Amino acid sequence: MARPPRPTMNLDSSFFWEGVEKHELRIQRCAGCKRLRHPPRPMCPACTSLDWDSIVASGQGEIYSYVVHHHPPVYGFEAPFAVALIELPEGTRIVGNVSGDPTALYVGMPVEVEFVRIDDSWTLPAWRPAAGARDSEATEATEAEA
Amino acid sequence: MSNSLSERAAIVGIGATEFSKASGRSELQLALEAAKAAIDDAGLEPADVDGMVTFTMESSEEIAVARGLGIPKLTHFSRVHFGGGAACGTVQQAAMAVATGVSKAVICYRGFNERSGRRFGAGRQGRTPDIPAALPTDWYAPFGLVTPAAWVAMFARRYMHEYGATSEDFGRVAVADRRHAATNPKAWFYDRPISLEDHQKSRWIVEPLHLLDCCQESDGAVALLVTSSERARDLRQPPAIIRASAQGSSFEQEMMTSYYRDDISGLDEMGLVGDQLWEMSGLRPDDIRTAVIYDHFTPFVLTQLEELGFCKRGEARHFIADGRIELDGELPLNTHGGQLGEAYIHGMNGIAEGVRQVRGSAVNQVDAVENVLVTAGTGVPTSGLILGRA
Repeated sequence: MARPPRPTMNLDSSFFWEGVEKHELRIQRCAGCKRLRHPPRPMCPACTSLDWDSIVASGQGEIYSYVVHHHPPVYGFEAPFAVALIELPEGTRIVGNVSGDPTALYVGMPVEVEFVRIDDSWTLPAWRPAAGARDSEATEATEAEA
Repeated sequence: MSNSLSERAAIVGIGATEFSKASGRSELQLALEAAKAAIDDAGLEPADVDGMVTFTMESSEEIAVARGLGIPKLTHFSRVHFGGGAACGTVQQAAMAVATGVSKAVICYRGFNERSGRRFGAGRQGRTPDIPAALPTDWYAPFGLVTPAAWVAMFARRYMHEYGATSEDFGRVAVADRRHAATNPKAWFYDRPISLEDHQKSRWIVEPLHLLDCCQESDGAVALLVTSSERARDLRQPPAIIRASAQGSSFEQEMMTSYYRDDISGLDEMGLVGDQLWEMSGLRPDDIRTAVIYDHFTPFVLTQLEELGFCKRGEARHFIADGRIELDGELPLNTHGGQLGEAYIHGMNGIAEGVRQVRGSAVNQVDAVENVLVTAGTGVPTSGLILGRA
């Protein structure tokens, strides 16, 4: 099966992808002011410190926004597929795919991380609906009431 | 005038090729044809041109255009980054060059075979698997978020959620653009207006965007000639005085994916451009009779109207209702048909329309135009202009 494009890694970002291989969702944290930041970068935009470490996120999140891709064809994906911007309770956002029925997604939907093995050599983080997510019929009913 | 650049320079020539889906000529030829047309329009000769500004994405080098036109000397050449966000920025570069005396006459140009050649709508694909993506896309491409429509759709969904905007609200922009294109013989969609129902029935590209929310891919070129306001008085055409020009990039700025700001229902960088335009020109939104608002995707037209202060945050859907942005409305937008209707030349055809509205020579001319506001690409570091009558 066609695979999605593989991310590159460099000195700024490899901690994230190494975490993914260990099934950890790592978020970069400034060692000076403790602010979280994503996507990773060398310097803290709040205090300009170059010292950083990372935390392991809980893996819980909420859909902040999402799209359903139909066209044009994207190599490695079968349309329609959903891509969401996930807000993490730790305080950052991250983009990822959400599994299941794209028509069931909604802003505010609780999701949790999972780790998808692409092949023997690499893994991607992904998201699935979590406890408390409304099903699609409930979603339609709620929106109709609103 | 708080800024010494205001009214120091003017656009005195505009030139373009036809807008098509298959030009059958090289991108360099398109750029040359447009540049020559702009010089002719101003009543100047190639040897009068001594500056060139284009986009970093442009394939035709400044020196190739200069060689082609036989220009003997260039004293300023520069490029502006970030895709369509560069459009009005090229004019600002030119204005700064002529205001400081670095150059006397500067050509700003953009030309491409963007439909028959490499199609922008396909996004950042074309890599075979396992070949590293460009680093800035690492956080998107592995998840299939690779096209301009998809990047914008992510903002649009949140905007809808925050303010209750609907797909029909976006559709009203497309209907206005296509209405204007329908009476512009140079527009690709000449004589082909659409209804809101057509918009709603058009297929999904990336939900929540329909096909008719997305601009065209076009072949063509546009060039603009900028010189000092003083010299502009003696040239062939009524000058479009550059009352204000601005660029903007804001906190946590990314190229189409500034998803990490506290609030993503706005376009901070366009707010920054707007603030500068009003301050530099001394004008207010009420002073603008017509505007060219960058329309690669319809949702960002609403956001821009809010960021520029034409209406309050979240209220653009009400502002654009009832035909306000159509030709007989209070603020006609994109009277050439926009990039949805005329052509997608990375915003440069919109600047040309702004010049025509100031001259009084547009096919869909608005009455009593004193000032026109023009914006450049959205979702990217961007730019804007206010052009006015001398």
